[in-house]
Amino acid sequence: METINFEERFQEYVHSEQKVEPKHWMPEPYRKTLIRQISQHAHSEVVGMLPEANWISRAPSLRRKVALLAKVQDEAGHGLYLYSAAETLGADRADLVGDLLSGKAKYSSIFNYPTRSWADIGAIGWLVDGAAIANQVMLCRTSYGPYARAMVRICKEESFHQRQGYEIMLALCKGTKEQKEMAQDALNRWWWPSLMMFGPTDKESTNSAQSMNWKIKRKSNDELRQEFIDKTVPQAEFLGLTIPDEQLEWDEKTGHYRFGPIDWEEFYHVLKGNGPCNKERLEARNKAHDDGRWVREAANAFAKKTQERKGEHSAA
Amino acid sequence: MSDTDNWKIWEVFVRSKNGLSHKHVGSLHAPDAEVALKNARDVYTRRSEGNSVWVVPSEAITASAPEDKEALFTPADDKVYRHPTFYEIPDDVGHI
Repeated sequence: METINFEERFQEYVHSEQKVEPKHWMPEPYRKTLIRQISQHAHSEVVGMLPEANWISRAPSLRRKVALLAKVQDEAGHGLYLYSAAETLGADRADLVGDLLSGKAKYSSIFNYPTRSWADIGAIGWLVDGAAIANQVMLCRTSYGPYARAMVRICKEESFHQRQGYEIMLALCKGTKEQKEMAQDALNRWWWPSLMMFGPTDKESTNSAQSMNWKIKRKSNDELRQEFIDKTVPQAEFLGLTIPDEQLEWDEKTGHYRFGPIDWEEFYHVLKGNGPCNKERLEARNKAHDDGRWVREAANAFAKKTQERKGEHSAA
Repeated sequence: MSDTDNWKIWEVFVRSKNGLSHKHVGSLHAPDAEVALKNARDVYTRRSEGNSVWVVPSEAITASAPEDKEALFTPADDKVYRHPTFYEIPDDVGHI
């Protein structure tokens, strides 16, 4: 009898660019990798609301305020799409959220930096959402169907996020000297952490090769980072701002920008929980979860009562 | 986790405009149908994506198994005579 090697067949299937759907057979490490990646992605959307929410009440105009509110609301929605995608793999949302709240699960380190000025809201939309979009556009073609579909939805909605951020930067750069300085200061603080969002270099990234082979990832960390830099440098020039990298230089031969070394020590420092806001973010999430408990309890009680009333009616 | 965090899962279907079918867009958690509808509106129609929403408890859906795919769907593959192009009509007849 011929032995069927499920893993080989799975690999062939994925390589032929066909999508994996929830009930399909898949190698256990593929499932686990996806649950980890999708839930971390969901946590990042949820925690990502905090630095921006810090400025909702202080937005400089109603136009900026409604845009920021809509953006933060989108991030909540994106978190929910992603938790749903993780659940199709057999994960339980309550467990995933529990891991976030206990500090066991990771989320993108970028959200452990503070938003000190209004210009930071511009820089986040422009740079942080810009970097996230580069990653997410790639993930629209990921091999797992529900993840890919969530990404398509998210990308459609995120393009407004980046534009609103750049518009804020543009307004500040066209403003007073002080406003332009605010914009430059925000760029100085957000540039390097944004480059770190793509993760360690390909040489250091242990999971990358497997994820690429499974077609979960379609481009390497370094490729995505380079793409982002090439796209962003001209945008900074248009604003009249200086990217805080003395070694940044256009390379005619490769058609890419060369850039200076990234401080990976800082990256691992923040990743391990020692960034400027790690503790604050986790406390805020836990507080929100605890403060919302009575709402969940009330909704449950109401659902139960309605169900019982229906029972009485049909019995009568 | 307390039991308040274990609401059941609902599948959400949205009709983007009248004349089209409802289409599956994703899922969400809710304690009952009424809250599921409200959540669906917030989560899946923030940009005028629809004018009608259905929510269905996930557990109420019976799905075919992936391993039954061949038995269920391949029998249709060799029935080309179910398609109009199978029939040869001279061009002179005009559109038919």
